[in-house]
Amino acid sequence: MTRLNVNVPLLVGGGVLCLLLGLGLLSFVWTPADPIAIDISQRLLPPSTTAWLGTDHFGRDILSAILRATPISLSIALVGVVLGLMGGVPLGLMAGMTQRPLIMHGVTRLGDVLFAFPALIMAMLLTASFGAGASIAAIAIGIFNIPVFLRITRGATLQVLPQSYILSARLIGLGGVAIACRHILPNIAPLLVVHASIQFALAVLAESALSYLGLGTQPPTPSWGRMLADSQSMLGIAPHLAIAPGGIIMVTVVAANLLGEGLRQKLDPRLALGV
Amino acid sequence: MGVRRVAVLLASLLATLLVSSLVIFVLLEVLPGDPAEVMLGISATPETIAALRAELGLHQSPWQRYWQWLGGMLVGDFGISYSYRIPVATLIYERMLVTIPLAVYALLLTLVLAIPLALMAANRVGGVYDRMFMAVSQFGIALPNFWFAILLIAVFAVERNWFPAGGFAGWEAGITQAILALTLPAVSLAIPQATILFRITRASLLEVASQDYIRLARAKGLSKQAALIKHGFRNAMIPIVTIMGLQCAFLVAGAIIIENVFALPGLGRLVVQAIGQRDLIVIEAVILLLVGLVVSISFIVDMLYMVIDPRQKERGV
Repeated sequence: MTRLNVNVPLLVGGGVLCLLLGLGLLSFVWTPADPIAIDISQRLLPPSTTAWLGTDHFGRDILSAILRATPISLSIALVGVVLGLMGGVPLGLMAGMTQRPLIMHGVTRLGDVLFAFPALIMAMLLTASFGAGASIAAIAIGIFNIPVFLRITRGATLQVLPQSYILSARLIGLGGVAIACRHILPNIAPLLVVHASIQFALAVLAESALSYLGLGTQPPTPSWGRMLADSQSMLGIAPHLAIAPGGIIMVTVVAANLLGEGLRQKLDPRLALGV
Repeated sequence: MGVRRVAVLLASLLATLLVSSLVIFVLLEVLPGDPAEVMLGISATPETIAALRAELGLHQSPWQRYWQWLGGMLVGDFGISYSYRIPVATLIYERMLVTIPLAVYALLLTLVLAIPLALMAANRVGGVYDRMFMAVSQFGIALPNFWFAILLIAVFAVERNWFPAGGFAGWEAGITQAILALTLPAVSLAIPQATILFRITRASLLEVASQDYIRLARAKGLSKQAALIKHGFRNAMIPIVTIMGLQCAFLVAGAIIIENVFALPGLGRLVVQAIGQRDLIVIEAVILLLVGLVVSISFIVDMLYMVIDPRQKERGV
């Protein structure tokens, strides 16, 4: 089998995500119809040339609502992953580089405790005490991602540490922070990028599940998850309502997974050699 | 020594549980301010707030309340639900009779689907089955389980009427009916999980298939399939068990959503309703239980490693 030089997963995944992002940004200035304007006389219309995906039980245009929900869902997922990176990477570096067993065990144990709270359970805890909202959803996803990136970073750091250039850096008198930033991070960055895109896919799923349960974005702001929750009560009369919001979640998740796979193929030197 | 490793694992299980309980308590009872005001909302009168404060023992310090709560948990006293007015322990016991069978049903379906298909795919890499299953699994991983559940309801409950669209009459109403009511929820939990398990099992089998001992088994005359099942499977089990442990944790979270999709009276529905009713006592107990479940599963996985892979027993920490 000849190896193609085109990285198909990277192109397709990245392309679809860019398209979604573009459409999402466009939705701030233009959507086919007003995504939150209620018009009961136009309710539950099947797909047509004016409303491509039909209308919901309040007569709102489905396509417009999906587009408007796109930047919100994507940004909640993105913030969740970034929070996870911001918390997990420094902790992982610390746990990997430290010479003191107390710090190492303490940080690892902290990761274990956080890992015991799936994103959904953390979101429920935070919602119960601070009320529901998009930012709570993002924070919950972020907290869930901290131990994930902690483990990945720690493992990768331990692999990089024995290299001779780390020893040289130590010999010329660089401190721990400088070594972490200048020599370890650039080496483990490709791995982190790959895992960030996989965690992004999971974060999109988590965000939609949270808004389905009413624990995420609050009405009237449209969200994919809540559109699905609304569609469920209309299954008998308008089953088409359940198709598009779920479809767009799935397309986003597949695209993010493909992006991760493409990045892995591009960044992992072992794969590039065809091993 | 095996015993020492078990002790270390057990100690870390208990430590994680203790810290988790503190996190839950601080998040729910200390950070939001006055729990009585949170539970009663803005329309509460000073008298009802005072009554609830007395009932919850809020005149004590948070530390005292934390130790009381923890001590109660240890002897099975989870407090009295504020919205249901019955002991939380009773409430949890009733709901577990739905959640546990659902999770077990889903886990069994996951195994029955994933393992044989992975064996088929790994038997001939790049073959028709392999490529077909791999393509399907790419979408299975991305499938939101609650959306899948809604689609299943639309097709098999609304359109065809083969299964109930939701609800659960209880085990007293007959085993067949109960199983029927749990089938669509279990399938919607199992399919996305099965695709992940399928991919891991396939990859793990492929890794093992290239080992010398498999070549030896083939040389002594075993068929490829027999060599893999007899000699490869146990070695391939290590990553599979890791993933299954993670999947059990995902099943706990997944069951919360799926129970809400199908209006099943399980723990997940209980906790989401309790959030709506601001019944902090129920929320605390159920979340600690779910977290305890997640932690215990990873403990069991660590123990299983030792059964599958005797080399693990030698590891000190």
